[in-house]
Amino acid sequence: MQRRNFLSLLFGTATLILMQPVNALVALWNKAAFETVKLNEATKNLAIHDEIVSHDIQIIAPDRAENGAIVQVEVQSNIANTETISILVEKNPTPLIAHFKFSNGAEPFVVTRIKMADTSDIKVVVKAGSQYFTHSRNVIVLENGCG
Amino acid sequence: MGVVDMTGLNADNMKMRAQLKGDVTEVKVLMSHPMETGRKKDDFDRLIPAHFVQLVTATLNGKTVLEAQWGTGISKNPYLTFRLKGAKVGDIVSVTWHDNLGETATQDIVVTQA
Repeated sequence: MQRRNFLSLLFGTATLILMQPVNALVALWNKAAFETVKLNEATKNLAIHDEIVSHDIQIIAPDRAENGAIVQVEVQSNIANTETISILVEKNPTPLIAHFKFSNGAEPFVVTRIKMADTSDIKVVVKAGSQYFTHSRNVIVLENGCG
Repeated sequence: MGVVDMTGLNADNMKMRAQLKGDVTEVKVLMSHPMETGRKKDDFDRLIPAHFVQLVTATLNGKTVLEAQWGTGISKNPYLTFRLKGAKVGDIVSVTWHDNLGETATQDIVVTQA
């Protein structure tokens, strides 16, 4: 093999190896769901359909948030075989906040802190098997937390 | 904003705790990240570019337990609590994040008795 060919082959392979993990990671992030300004577009892009209202989803958040930049939210699903939990804020510039997938013994439970632009419902959607369940909780926001 | 270590070895980046209570291990994570939405302006009225964590993965002894996708709506210096069943004292919980600028960080913690 000519030296030039060998080098180009080597370089090509190295580039492929370097590019792959980055591409794979980008592909994992649901760009369409996270960048849309419409709540129903976000849920559509997460393949959420025929949501059933369920009180087996517990959402703990303050009734009133002084500062919308930090609103602590706790979500627990008591629905059997919960696979994912999605958190959305209806009145935010981009409603989809987070999408969590649980496996290998992780409980369908999460606590995180989110930004809220305005008084709004926090909407949670749970996927269990082929079904989707939802529950919402309103939070009064006194100061816009979205820059 | 400080310089983020591209190799993910920045020890100050994440604070973690994993405590076993009964048969459930509660993992608490505090990350250091600006979580810029891309909509905020600086003192000179220029838009601050979006800079936020997009993916968070947690493993227990190397096995994936949690995969999260985040948008810009997670607060600055993200906080996360999750719970694991079946973890034992001495097990290793590892958390990795990746942001939209290609930066990443990983931190391991040993499960302790509460």
